[in-house]
Amino acid sequence: MHEWALAESVIKSAVEHAGEQKLKKLKETGVVFGELQAIDKEIFSFALEELRKQFPAAAACRFKIEVEPAAFRCKACAHEFPLKGLKKTKDEAEFIHFVPEMAHTFLKCPKCKSPDFEIARGRGVSISYIKGEK
Amino acid sequence: MTIDPRPSVIAERLKGVKRVIAVTGWKGGIGKSVTASTLALLLAKQGYRTGLFDLDFAGASDHLVLGAKGLFPKEEKGLEPPVFEGVKFMSVVFFSENKAVPLRGANVSDAIIELLAITQWGELDFLVLDMPPGINDAALDVMRFAKGAEVLAVTVPSVLAHDVLERSLALYRRLGVPVLGVVENMSDGRRPAGACAAIRRDPKLEAALGRPAALLKTAFARDLRRAAAKAGLA
Ligand SMILES: Nc1ncnc2c1ncn2[C@@H]1O[C@H](COP(=O)(O)OP(=O)(O)OP(=O)(O)O)[C@@H](O)[C@H]1O
Ligand SMILES: [Mg+2]
Ligand SMILES: [Zn+2]
Repeated sequence: MHEWALAESVIKSAVEHAGEQKLKKLKETGVVFGELQAIDKEIFSFALEELRKQFPAAAACRFKIEVEPAAFRCKACAHEFPLKGLKKTKDEAEFIHFVPEMAHTFLKCPKCKSPDFEIARGRGVSISYIKGEK
Repeated sequence: MTIDPRPSVIAERLKGVKRVIAVTGWKGGIGKSVTASTLALLLAKQGYRTGLFDLDFAGASDHLVLGAKGLFPKEEKGLEPPVFEGVKFMSVVFFSENKAVPLRGANVSDAIIELLAITQWGELDFLVLDMPPGINDAALDVMRFAKGAEVLAVTVPSVLAHDVLERSLALYRRLGVPVLGVVENMSDGRRPAGACAAIRRDPKLEAALGRPAALLKTAFARDLRRAAAKAGLA
């Protein structure tokens, strides 16, 4: 599953940032899933469990996953809108799942139909905080 | 704080790639895509493990040059590019259903980073990048993430193209990006100024697009092969 690649980026990035902050052990990492990308939490968590074996600093880290609702702002008409209510086929949803920018190909502003909107919130996977021990 | 975790794995994804060749040219429509795609076919044909990544998201065309239809990456700890005529191929068209991809610069960069982070290229001798015209997000991201990428520059016999090219070469020099060579495409047969090799205008090229076997038999491919050798590529 492609979630594995992103889970690896999260654990690797968290460990690197811990190193920069001179933290020896990671205790907690805040992971944000943007609603738009629709990452499968179960697969992602399973991948993290597998991956932590390769990253000793994250052996006991708790990954706290939170979903951020997607919010869009149209550049053409300034309308702000959520993901809910935007129509997409199953295939289109899958393409957006792999590359969230495909939203500009398959979704449009409900008010003026423009594809020129900004993904203001809730795009993809990010890290919101890390906690650890020095 | 918000950390974008994706850049941390890009070096890992490109770890098995020996050489990254960015086919660039600062003008549009001068033959970058036919050059990049045909170069990938030539390298694969010579037995090199080769990848081709179409980084021109707005104008993706390598799938048309290759005639690659009905392909999709395999989902496996990321995305494994489908293999077409011996070339591992990645393009945004897999995800756009041949519809327009209207992206602003920052979105282009985000999509490139996403694909670099999730694409599992495996072991490759060459990864050929087809670049969009100009120095923009794709070019800057390649310099940022594919450290060690080498440039194969395409130009055409025009004062305008040459002047723009000079400026771009100066920039690459300043940034320490190695330039393998400049290829003058659509040449009229005269000795190219400032280029290491010429590729003649081939009236039969258009008809061979989309058919790899025919493409490799064109005068264009023969000239390109010679040019690639001069640039130190196989
Ligand atoms: N040596 C040549 N002889 C004949 N036709 C050529 C030659 N080189 C390129 N062409 C034709 O020119 C057209 C443009 O080529 P191509 O799409 O590769 O350019 P490009 O630089 O990638 O364009 P863009 O800037 O839009 O990405 C194509 O139709 C191609 O077949
Ligand atoms: Mg092109
Ligand atoms: Zn609008």
